[in-house]
Amino acid sequence: MPVARPKAFITRLLPQEALDIVSCEADLEVWPNKYPPPPQILRQKVFEVEGILTNIMDRVDQALLDAAPRLRVVSQLAAGLDNIDLAAATNRHIPVGYTPGVVSAVTADHTFALLLAAAHRVSESERWLRKGKWEIAFHPLFWLGSEVHHSRLGIVGMGKIGMEVAKRARGFDMDILYHSRTPKPEAEATYSAIYTDFSTLLESSDFVTLHVPLTSETRHLIGKEELRIMKPTAILVNTARGPVVDPQALHQALNKGWIAGAALDVTDPEPILPDDPLLTLENLVVTPHLGSATVTTRKRMAILAAQNLVAGLKDERLPSCANFEAYTEYEGK
Amino acid sequence: MPKIFVARRIFQEALDMIAKEGQVEVWPDEIPPARDVLLQKVADVDGLLSLLTDKVDAELMDAAPKLKVISQIAVGYENIDVAEATKRRIPVGYTPGVLTNTTADMAFALLMAAARRLVEGAEAVKSGMWKTWHPLHFLGQDIHGATLGILGMGRIGLEMAKRAHGFGMTILYHDVVRRPLDEEKKYGIIYQPLDTVLRKSDFISVHVNLIPETYHLIGKRELTLMKPTAVLINAARGPVIDPKALYHALKNKVINAAGLDVTDPEPIPFDDPLISLDNCIIVPHIASASVATRLRMSTMAADNLINGLKGKRMVNCVNPEVYQS
Repeated sequence: MPVARPKAFITRLLPQEALDIVSCEADLEVWPNKYPPPPQILRQKVFEVEGILTNIMDRVDQALLDAAPRLRVVSQLAAGLDNIDLAAATNRHIPVGYTPGVVSAVTADHTFALLLAAAHRVSESERWLRKGKWEIAFHPLFWLGSEVHHSRLGIVGMGKIGMEVAKRARGFDMDILYHSRTPKPEAEATYSAIYTDFSTLLESSDFVTLHVPLTSETRHLIGKEELRIMKPTAILVNTARGPVVDPQALHQALNKGWIAGAALDVTDPEPILPDDPLLTLENLVVTPHLGSATVTTRKRMAILAAQNLVAGLKDERLPSCANFEAYTEYEGK
Repeated sequence: MPKIFVARRIFQEALDMIAKEGQVEVWPDEIPPARDVLLQKVADVDGLLSLLTDKVDAELMDAAPKLKVISQIAVGYENIDVAEATKRRIPVGYTPGVLTNTTADMAFALLMAAARRLVEGAEAVKSGMWKTWHPLHFLGQDIHGATLGILGMGRIGLEMAKRAHGFGMTILYHDVVRRPLDEEKKYGIIYQPLDTVLRKSDFISVHVNLIPETYHLIGKRELTLMKPTAVLINAARGPVIDPKALYHALKNKVINAAGLDVTDPEPIPFDDPLISLDNCIIVPHIASASVATRLRMSTMAADNLINGLKGKRMVNCVNPEVYQS
């Protein structure tokens, strides 16, 4: 007896390898535009599907879940889930897949790219040169930046990405301080990282890098008070989530020289508005959320997200699930 | 009291050191002194503190009959006719070592920026072009786990290797002289013929001196051997790469991208086609431009100059044979 194939909606174009995995198991629709589907369209689309594959730009809240009576799986193409109401999904026994792990190394790479670029004023001097302003071959006092090697790095949040950042920092002979909800003996043993309280880390680091998820506790974790106690020579790097840093306080800090510079891969709001005053600052470099943007990683992420989606459609356990509690009722049976 | 000409403003700490030893004139402009001005300035000096942009040749030494010391504030000294200085028993000082780490940091910064399309991305944000997130936009290359090829395994090359290990990279290298085995083991570096390094590496970073043998070390043949995904980094000297061949390779995607701290000529002219390419990042020769490093370079150059004036042996001398009797 032929069984109806499940339906899936994928909110953005993905590498073909990933789409092929899904189309073997389901009838799929892929949103073809580069902009996300507007909320009312997304709501229409999920009405008839069993599975959706989302990313950080798609809001998956109670209202959307209410509009999706057949939905059996949400598969997120990201390590973070701040666009998804995870509790609401769990209540409805909908497993939510995500892609941590595969993004750790690549995000740590991008963190270091930003850190080095901010320290050595790469983007600023590049733009200046491109405008045709390089007229004097060399001057000993031009374009002086900060040194990365042998400086002190403060890592806020020592999860998988924090650990990868620590590994890279050792190659630059950096001292590592870290602050995390719980001490991480492995970071201490492997990378000689030293656990400190949050303010000590801020006060004594030359570079501060953020690797925490966005939660109600981490919103505006870096605000006026925190920026005030950082070194005036310090550089702040954020490749986590935009709202972890208070953008107004950051503007003030960069403008008034409380800190020397900042590098952001994430902003609040995202995308940052073209007339945001932060964008007028020379001592700030912003990349458009490229933490995991490499050909190989995006392919790996998309394949894992596709596997999560397919597993959900088949009522199998997701290879990478953010809310295994969603299964408890079934397991209790 | 000896007279000294310092060809550009350097850190005050260094100028103070020199001022205790003689009568100093510092060239105040940002632009180097013109040739005829430089020749006038050195006419009655005992010491000269020079930069890469000041040509110090036989003509200049003829114009400076009292010259006892040349102190260059740089690790390279291709602007100085060292043989000519040696003939006249003038010691030439330079500033090695102090900029090794900082230069390696900058070379790595360029490598990462090119791999992750950082400047292109930052420019898109700055100009208001960032409108949405998309899984297939601005895709760059993985750095972790990739293969790095280092051409020229001197001090800076070794520091590059050290940094690359933090990214789990495989490191191949080529040099005219192979490093001792224990060092290869310590730094985890694998010696290979030049062509093998070019063929197998995802990133190629050049760390050789500019000498006749390294002029256009990377030309059309070498670029063609590289992977189409390869990224080429040059924080050494501009003429080590043939700029026309590089332009064609980047334009036609023979290689993927380049990151340059140095160009040929320098400064690169505004209408140079390399500047028009999105996959070529160029910064204005700032690899050693950190406050701490430039301060160390300044005081080291001052120290070399002072030792030269006093007839003492300078610590960092390009031509120590002048001290042989």
